[in-house]
Amino acid sequence: MIGSRAVIELEDVRKTYRMGSQDVQALAGVSVSFLEGSFWAIMGPSGSGKSTMLNLLGCLDRPTTGTYRLQGHDVARLGDDALSEMRLRHLGFVFQSFHLIAQLTVQENIELPLYYLGWEPHAAAERARELAGRVGLADRLGHRPAELSGGQQQRVAIARALANDPGILMADEPTGNLDSATGVQIMDLLGELNEQGKTIVMVTHESDIAARASCQLHMRDGRIERMVEGRG
Amino acid sequence: MTARHLLRDVKLGIKTLLLHKLRSILTMLGVVFGVASVIAMLAVGEGASQDALTRIRKLGSNNLLLNSVKPVEEQNTGAARVRMVVYGLLYDDERRIRETYLQVNRVVPAKIVRKEGRLGQRSLELRVIGTTPDWFDLVPRPVLAGRVLGALDRERRSSVAVLTEYGARRLLAASNTVGQTLRLGNQAFEVVGIIQSEPGQGSAVQTPDQEVDAYIPLEIARARFGDTATKVSAGARERELVELHQIIIEARSTADVEPLAEALGAMLARWHPKKDVKLSVPLALLREAEATKRTFNIVLGSIAGISLLVGGIGIMNIMLASVTERTREIGIRRAIGAKRRQIVSQFLIETVVLSSLGGLIGTGLGLAVPALITAAAGMPTVVTPWSVALSLGISAGVGVVFGLYPAARAARLDPIVALRHD
Repeated sequence: MIGSRAVIELEDVRKTYRMGSQDVQALAGVSVSFLEGSFWAIMGPSGSGKSTMLNLLGCLDRPTTGTYRLQGHDVARLGDDALSEMRLRHLGFVFQSFHLIAQLTVQENIELPLYYLGWEPHAAAERARELAGRVGLADRLGHRPAELSGGQQQRVAIARALANDPGILMADEPTGNLDSATGVQIMDLLGELNEQGKTIVMVTHESDIAARASCQLHMRDGRIERMVEGRG
Repeated sequence: MTARHLLRDVKLGIKTLLLHKLRSILTMLGVVFGVASVIAMLAVGEGASQDALTRIRKLGSNNLLLNSVKPVEEQNTGAARVRMVVYGLLYDDERRIRETYLQVNRVVPAKIVRKEGRLGQRSLELRVIGTTPDWFDLVPRPVLAGRVLGALDRERRSSVAVLTEYGARRLLAASNTVGQTLRLGNQAFEVVGIIQSEPGQGSAVQTPDQEVDAYIPLEIARARFGDTATKVSAGARERELVELHQIIIEARSTADVEPLAEALGAMLARWHPKKDVKLSVPLALLREAEATKRTFNIVLGSIAGISLLVGGIGIMNIMLASVTERTREIGIRRAIGAKRRQIVSQFLIETVVLSSLGGLIGTGLGLAVPALITAAAGMPTVVTPWSVALSLGISAGVGVVFGLYPAARAARLDPIVALRHD
C-alpha cells in the first residue's frame, strides 16, 4: 500500500566530518525520496555512508549542505530541541542491540515516548498494555529487559517505537543480534506494520533480510549506487 | 511542567536511586553529617550564648553598677599594726548621681556588712546588705515567703531583715522563720520575708545578690553597725572605712545607658582618682556577648558550611560517575525525543532528591545530638527553627549546585555517540 505522498525527501544532501586535519565526506550528494507506506532497505559495505544516512533520516544529525524534508517539514536547519520534537512526534527507532533501559520494566520502556509526550500515567499504561499485546508480550509487562530473550527484547523495542504512533520507523540492523528463526519473526512483524501503513527505513547488510523490503537502496562511498523500487 | 508531572519525576528519581541503595546512602552521608553538624553546632552555640545573655539580662539591661574596689596602692603598705583604709563609694556619690543626671530613673545604694548571725541554735558569719526598698525593683526576684523591705520600714526605722534563699538554706530557715528573730552581732532583727536568689555559680557574670544572706534597711545598717569594719587577714588587723559598697543606677531607657555610662566615667575620674570604684554596664556586656555570639556563629557556620561543601562534592562525584555509567540510557532517551532540558531535569531531580533526603536525615540527627549533649553533659542547647530551615535550604541548594554540572554534561552528550557507548 504505497501512497503517492513523499514522507522523506533528500536533495543533494552532503555530510562532511572532520577527522583530525582531514575532511571525510560521509555523504557526497544524495537525492532520494521515500513514499508513504514504502519499506526501504538501505544496504552497502561498511563505510558506504549507510549509518550516516540513517542518523540523518532519523533526525539525530544534520546534513552539512542540502535539504531534507520529513513529513513536509524542512528539518535540515532545525535546532536541537526542534529535532528532538521531530523524533518524538514522527519517528520510531528499532536498534540492533535493542537499546532498552535496563532498570525499567517492559511496561515502563514502552511508556517512555509517552512520558516525553506528556501523557497522563494511566493513559500511557493503557497504551503500553495494548502495544505489548500487539507484539505478543502482554504477559511480560512487569519483567525487566534482562529477563527476556533477544527476540522478546526486540519486540519490546518495536512496541516502544510504536508508542507515539509515528509515521516512520527507523530500524538499524534489527535482526543483527538475533538468530535467523527469531530474525524471521521480527521481519514478519515489521512487514505486518508496513502493511498497516507505516513507512519503514531499515539499514542492513544481509541481502535475505533486505529482500523482505519492497525497495532497496545500495550505497557506496557516500553515494547511491543503485535503487530497486519494488511493487506498490 | 505541572506539579503532577514533577511528582512523577521525583518518584522516578527515587526509584532510580533505590536501584543502588548502598551507593545512594553513602552518597547522602556527606550531606547528612553536614546538616547534622550545622544544626548541632548552632544549637550548642545558641545554648551557651543564651545562657550568658539571660544571666546578663538578670542584671538588668537598663542598669549600671558601681562597686567599691580596694585600690591597689592601699594594699600591704601599712607599717602600723592597725591601719585605717578609706576607700569606695560615698553617700555623697549616691546623692550626686541622683541629683545630677537627667537620664537617671532610680538609684539604689548598698552597704555590705559582715556580721555574726544567729537564728535559733544556728550561728555563722553572714553577708548582709543594707539597702533601700528600690533594690527589689532593680534586682527583681520572686518572693518565697513574707514580704520584702518597704518604704514603711524606712520611715519607722524598723529593725527588719529579709533572708535570701541562699541565706535561709545556710541558717536552716523555712517559711515559718518569718516573724522570728535574727541576731546580727548584738542587734536583733525581725525576719519579714524570704526571697529567691540567683545561684550565679560558674558564671562569668556576677549578679548583685550573689552569696548574699540577708537584706536590712540601709539606715539601720548605718546606724547600728557604722561605716568601719575590722578585717583580720594574715594576723594583721585592718580597719576599713567604706561608706557604700555598691550603687545600682537605673537609666530611664536603654538609649540612655551609654551616655550615662560615659558621664559616670567622667564623674568617677574626677571624684575617685584613686580608682577605688569600678563601673560595670550590663548592656555593654550584653553587646559584647552578642558580638561574641555572632563571631561564634560565623566560625561554626563556616565549619559546617565546609562539611556541606564536601558533601556536595561527594554527590557531584557520584553523579558524574552515574552519568558515564548511564550514557547509553541518555542516548536512548534522546533518540526517543527527550530534549536536553528534560535530561537536565532528570539528573537534577535525582541529585536534589538525594541531597534533600540527606538533609532530612541530617536534621533528625541534628535534633538528636543536642538533646544528647544536654542529657549527658548538662550543657544548655537551643535548636532554633531558622537553623533547621537554613540547613534544609542549603542541602537542597547543594543538590542543585552540585547536580547542575553532571546534569549539563549528560544533556550535552551527542545522542549518536551516546547510543554507541557500552
